[in-house]
Amino acid sequence: MDPKPLWLLAELTYKCPLQCPYCSNPVDFAGPRFKRELSTDEWCRVFREAKALGVLQLGLSGGEPTLRADLEALVGEAHGLGLYTSLITSAYRLTKERLAALKAAGLDHVQISIQGADAELSDAVAGTASYRDKIAAYHYTRELGFPLTVNVVLHRRNLHQVEDLIRLAESLGAERIELANTQFYGWALHNRDALMPTKAQLDAAWRVVQRERARLGTKLEIVWVLPDYHEQYPKPCMGGWARAYMTVTPAGEVWPCHAAGRIKTLTFENVREHPLDWIWVHSDAFTRFRGDSWMPEPCRSCPRKTQDFGGCRCQAFLVAGDAGLTDPVCSLSPHRHLIDAAVAEVERAPGAPEWTYRAAPASRALAAKG
Amino acid sequence: MTAAERPTVPRLHPKARLQHDDVRGRDVLLYPEGLVALNPTGAEILELCDGVRSVADVVAALEQRYGAPGGGVERDVTAFLDGLAAKGLVTYGS
Ligand code: SF4
Ligand code: SF4
Repeated sequence: MDPKPLWLLAELTYKCPLQCPYCSNPVDFAGPRFKRELSTDEWCRVFREAKALGVLQLGLSGGEPTLRADLEALVGEAHGLGLYTSLITSAYRLTKERLAALKAAGLDHVQISIQGADAELSDAVAGTASYRDKIAAYHYTRELGFPLTVNVVLHRRNLHQVEDLIRLAESLGAERIELANTQFYGWALHNRDALMPTKAQLDAAWRVVQRERARLGTKLEIVWVLPDYHEQYPKPCMGGWARAYMTVTPAGEVWPCHAAGRIKTLTFENVREHPLDWIWVHSDAFTRFRGDSWMPEPCRSCPRKTQDFGGCRCQAFLVAGDAGLTDPVCSLSPHRHLIDAAVAEVERAPGAPEWTYRAAPASRALAAKG
Repeated sequence: MTAAERPTVPRLHPKARLQHDDVRGRDVLLYPEGLVALNPTGAEILELCDGVRSVADVVAALEQRYGAPGGGVERDVTAFLDGLAAKGLVTYGS
């Protein structure tokens, strides 16, 4: 039986007032490819087609989704279809009135990022003073009765704050905290040397997570997204290519994951030209790595292939130069040395180099370089 | 706590929502970043968890519907609800 998608990530815009150096948006987000954003009607059609295809979970993301003035209308349409809607926001200038309007439109869940446990570090990482808005918005979500996820991307400069971050989420009454170790795509790959943690930092943070999980039980769910460069085997990326997940970008391209657009050897289709179900079933980007017939060795004869699906196609492309290879994170990959070298670099010279903030001028400069 | 004192009115946590999945012809429980597929009995149990009925009331209602008194229904209902409670999707109150 053909797989059907359960998840849709709708990247409503790549505009964002924050400038996180690990942003997962494409480095060329400010370029022509993403310029002409989908209209309200086009998004509503995408949601209807997604629902008919089997999608049940909708993430409204960006960039900063609250910059879309039609967000309430989009939530309303999704809610009417029975989708479970999550807003994934930085909460910059997010008011209680806006959140109340989104609640009235049927929004189910709010996820608000934070970049550090205190204003100084959080604002320094975000590149924009936003900590106060975030703390205010956390309280609004509780007052309005939203389930709340606190999301933190972890890297060398904030891993030491894991305990404070968990305590903060606990004091806010959040349901979940997502401690997401940086995955090296987009801006994070560009800034890899500045973000890469040391093994000692990761070990210390992991000990805190285990202790706090035991203390908190179901009161606060602590999600720990593995730092895959430091693992022996790759993550089962997206639960397998084109099996359960799709991303629609601001200008309508459909990707099997939110980093896939960088794979230059794939052809991506647009919801402006094709129905979503055709794209899911027939497009090159979705069919190329579905199932396991594409797999090379060592994956082809590996018993783990039904668990990790050979890892991440984007990482194979970005690090090893070919999306059809074993994820180079895998210790069985002939390219693992490329990962080891990046990990060893920080252990050798732990003084952090400067990072490039994610911003439109830097994006245009990087896009021009190709 | 004795069995009589234990809070036994099960409720769906407000973060979770029961939804029919027409594409796959089943009911599902949706919650932040996840879902649980339900069999018809599971969905029926959750529909009976209205915040008023106790576990015993839910069991009695099912037994009445299907005319199968005995330990089986109670064991199944308890195991099902405890499984969801362990995930934080069901809470017990009084
Ligand atoms: S990661 Fe930071 S910069 Fe990127 S979209 Fe999210 S809040 Fe904006
Ligand atoms: S060889 Fe392939 S299937 Fe086996 S563990 Fe590595 S990535 Fe997974």
